[in-house]
Amino acid sequence: MLDLVAMHIPDGFLANWIAALCWIPALLAVAIGLRKATAELIEPRIPLLGVTAAFIFAVQMLNFPVAGGTSGHLLGAALAAILLGPWVACIAMAVVLTMQAFVFADGGITALGANVLNMGVIGALLVGYLMLWSRDALPKSRGAFLGIAGVGAWLAVMAGATATSIELALSDTVPLGTVLPAMLGVHALIGIGEAVITVAAVSAVLATRPDLIAVRDLTPAERDGGSVPVATPEGA
Amino acid sequence: MRRVSIVAFTVVALACAVGLAVAVSPWASADPDGLEKVAEDKGFLDTGKLHAIQDDSPIPDYAFPGIENDRLATAVAGLVGTVIVFALAFGIGLVVRRRRWRDTLTEPAGT
Repeated sequence: MLDLVAMHIPDGFLANWIAALCWIPALLAVAIGLRKATAELIEPRIPLLGVTAAFIFAVQMLNFPVAGGTSGHLLGAALAAILLGPWVACIAMAVVLTMQAFVFADGGITALGANVLNMGVIGALLVGYLMLWSRDALPKSRGAFLGIAGVGAWLAVMAGATATSIELALSDTVPLGTVLPAMLGVHALIGIGEAVITVAAVSAVLATRPDLIAVRDLTPAERDGGSVPVATPEGA
Repeated sequence: MRRVSIVAFTVVALACAVGLAVAVSPWASADPDGLEKVAEDKGFLDTGKLHAIQDDSPIPDYAFPGIENDRLATAVAGLVGTVIVFALAFGIGLVVRRRRWRDTLTEPAGT
């Protein structure tokens, strides 16, 4: 028996009209991501797009136990948004989730739009814009940056769980009052795992290539310290 | 703080991803995850079904077909999946920017 559900919504959970409706923002976000990438993805961020997607795919396989015989895994939208920016992150998440649906039978085909929306777009835009706002509004220390990244990662998981609950309720699969508290309860714990993994991965990039992080202004030390000059966007 | 080259960064990060997918994922928790547990508890797990085209999934349920050992099947699935996802996402970046992969190995000097 296939393990049908792995954070990913399988076909059958959502009413067709809900699944169809979810495709619209999902496709729109990926289209905007592709436009952004076409216009301004600097050269070292091209392999970074591949690496980020690959890392998220790999870590999504690592289910960690949370309370009561339940597990969770990284979603990765927060990490993708921090490294790639909110819109290009949607490309990375769509690649991961599409591969999982078509090659690994993980997550539905008609429900793919909903999965890209819930696990990708919502978290990527939320965290991407949170980081961009905090870059301008808050202190630029490494600690503050990582702290906001962690909080953002937790919020992204909770937002995704909320969206999933609303879609299930609108589909008449389960009442909102039943599904929302249950989803938020378990994802509050899964979100802690998401925060820990996101902060660890971002720390590793900060230590090696801080210039690759899309949502960060470099500190003077980070800017001057590089033996490799910072690439500039062509034609920008 | 000394920056590593983009080639070193890519190779090491990809090696980390592959290492996790191959060496750690076979030992990941097999408990139902967040949504699955909620679906089970709230009685809608049975409404889930595979799409017709997923009956022929190349690597169903993260187990590479034809490998008896469960952990090895998961490890191979993880390796194959990680490499394909990297190639696909990197490829999309190259196509939209009209670059060859070699172009991304060297970084423009000076800013």
